[in-house]
This record gives sequence, C-alpha cells and structure tokens, in this order.
Amino acid sequence: MSSKRTVQFKIYRYDPDKDDKPYMQDISVDLEESDKKLLDALVRLKAKDDTLSFRRSCREGVCGSDAMNINGKNGLACLTAIDELPQPVTIRPLPGLPVIRDVIVDMTQFFKQYHSIKPYLINNDPAPERERLQTPEDREELNGLYECILCACCSTSCPSFWWNPDKFVGPAGLLAAYRFLADTRDQATSERLDNLEDPYRLFRCHSIMNCVDVCPKGLNPTKAIGKIKDMMLRRAV
Amino acid sequence: MVKPVIVGAHYGFRDWLLQRITAVVMALYTLVFAVCALTMPDGSFESWRGVFSGGFMKFATFLFFMSLFFHAWIGVRDIFMDYIKPTGIRLALHSVVALLLIGYAGWAAQILWRL
Repeated sequence: MSSKRTVQFKIYRYDPDKDDKPYMQDISVDLEESDKKLLDALVRLKAKDDTLSFRRSCREGVCGSDAMNINGKNGLACLTAIDELPQPVTIRPLPGLPVIRDVIVDMTQFFKQYHSIKPYLINNDPAPERERLQTPEDREELNGLYECILCACCSTSCPSFWWNPDKFVGPAGLLAAYRFLADTRDQATSERLDNLEDPYRLFRCHSIMNCVDVCPKGLNPTKAIGKIKDMMLRRAV
Repeated sequence: MVKPVIVGAHYGFRDWLLQRITAVVMALYTLVFAVCALTMPDGSFESWRGVFSGGFMKFATFLFFMSLFFHAWIGVRDIFMDYIKPTGIRLALHSVVALLLIGYAGWAAQILWRL
C-alpha cells in the first residue's frame, strides 16, 4: 500500500558563506509510509536538498541534538509526530543562540552556563571500595532531575536567558544545579548555594514556566528552581 | 578589550525574599482596607478621616506604602537589569527610581500623620 503524504515546510535558511541574511524557504516533501516523526521528514528533505543543515544523532529523544523551534515552540524533531503538525510546518533554529548555519546553533553559551554550576559530584571523603551508597528515599529525590539531555529547548525558550545568557544560568543549568544539591552524596551544598546567590544567576527566573512547557522529557526546571530557593531560605533563617 | 562577565553580588536571595514578604503585607493590608471601606457608614471626609485617625491604621498604612516601595524597587530594578545594558545609564536610572521612592515614602508619612 502506498499513500503519498506531502508536507509543506517553511524553513529558516542561512549559510553565512553565501547568504547576506537569513531567509525562509518554502519547500515541500513527499513522505513514505514509514515516516512518522518530523525528523523523518527532515531527513527526506535533506535527500532532496542536501544544502539543508541540521543536527541529529540518536533519532529517539536521548541525545538532544535535533532541538529546534517547530511552529513557534521548541522541541525535538525526533519526538514530534509529523501528522499532528499544522502546515506549513515552520522550522527555525532555537531562539536566542547564534546561528552557525540553517537550524544549527552555537551552544557554547549554553554549555558555559551548565559547566558553571559544577555538574559533577563533589565529595572529599576517600572513595569507598565499591560505591557511595544512598537509601532508596534519597535516590528518589534525583528522579525528574538526572534525566535532562541538555537539548537546550528550555533555556532557549526562556526570556530571562535571552536577555542575560552570559549571567543567568538558565533552566537547564539550574535543574542540573539542583540535581547535585539534592544529592545526599554531595558535600558542596553551601558552595553551590553561594555560587547561585546572585541577582542574575538564579534570581532572573520569574517562574513563567516556558521551560516546563517545552521540555521534551517532561521535566520541571521551575520546580527545581523553587527548591533551590527553598534551600536558600532554610539556610538563611 | 573583552569585558569579563562579573556576577556574584550576594543580594539575590535577600531581595527575592523581601519581594515575597512585602507582597504578603500588601495583600493583608488590602483586606483590612476593604473591610474598613465596606463597613464605613458613609463615604464622607469625616468617615475617611476617622478610619485613618487611629494609630494602628496609620502604622498599617505606612507599612503598606513601605512594602509597596520596596516591592516596586525590586521589580523596577529587575526590569532595568534585563533591558538596560550600559552600566552608567542603569546606575543613573537606579538612582532616580531609588530617590523617587524615598521621596514618596516621606510624602506618604507626611500625609498620614497630618490627618
């Protein structure tokens, strides 16, 4: 059985070597029966026009490479069902980050913020013979935090990150910060809180929850940020 | 020359907390004010004056205005931090707003204790 489906696209195109400025390209592509997700359609599109550039890798929502702005909302192309998208499907790069080419963005600033919260366990005790143990209850606290794939959908949908990407850590970085603050094996709680005790780094968040709205993994950075504020309160009073 | 990004002014938490506390004060005062206004026999000048003649109401109203000014200061400062990038202009705007709010606080006290 062959049922040809055609999808209309409006795609942001920019090749700094050739184009003076970005433009929106109208293009359509015929899909095969097996094409289910937006990424499948983009791969077909690239077969048709190989100058189109986008990142992709695992094609199943684990690597976080194919984050883009889909019909005005950030998401992963590989997790977005193509049949559910109103046409023409408008594809743009993640907002607020410098564009390298087409929908590929420079994520340096995003990762700089992520690294600034020291996203690793800090424990100065001698390492035990096997592993540092946690109770099941303590481990439970890390659920909803460690699953982040750093796709940057959340941070690039956050106006506070758009205005201050160099100073505001952003929802992804703050979620990771709380992941280590909440870890009973971590010994740097106070230093981590000091690192965020700043009008910009944490407190640019005004809880508008764009991050929660777009997270393709269903995580809740706003809640994690609230818990960091709660820890600061408990520390202060 | 590339200017290094400087962060780490340790007043983020204090201001955030202050904004929440002042919000609660304003919400409570609004209730007290609504009750006073609704239980007033008539809307005459004398009735209004009666409401504000007591020490408690003077104190509560002054607390309300102080909360409002602190709350407004943090909110407006946050807006400047987002949208006004040159440090000089931002400092100037911060100063204007801060001085204006201090002036308003004095003015509010003068009006309240004149009644």
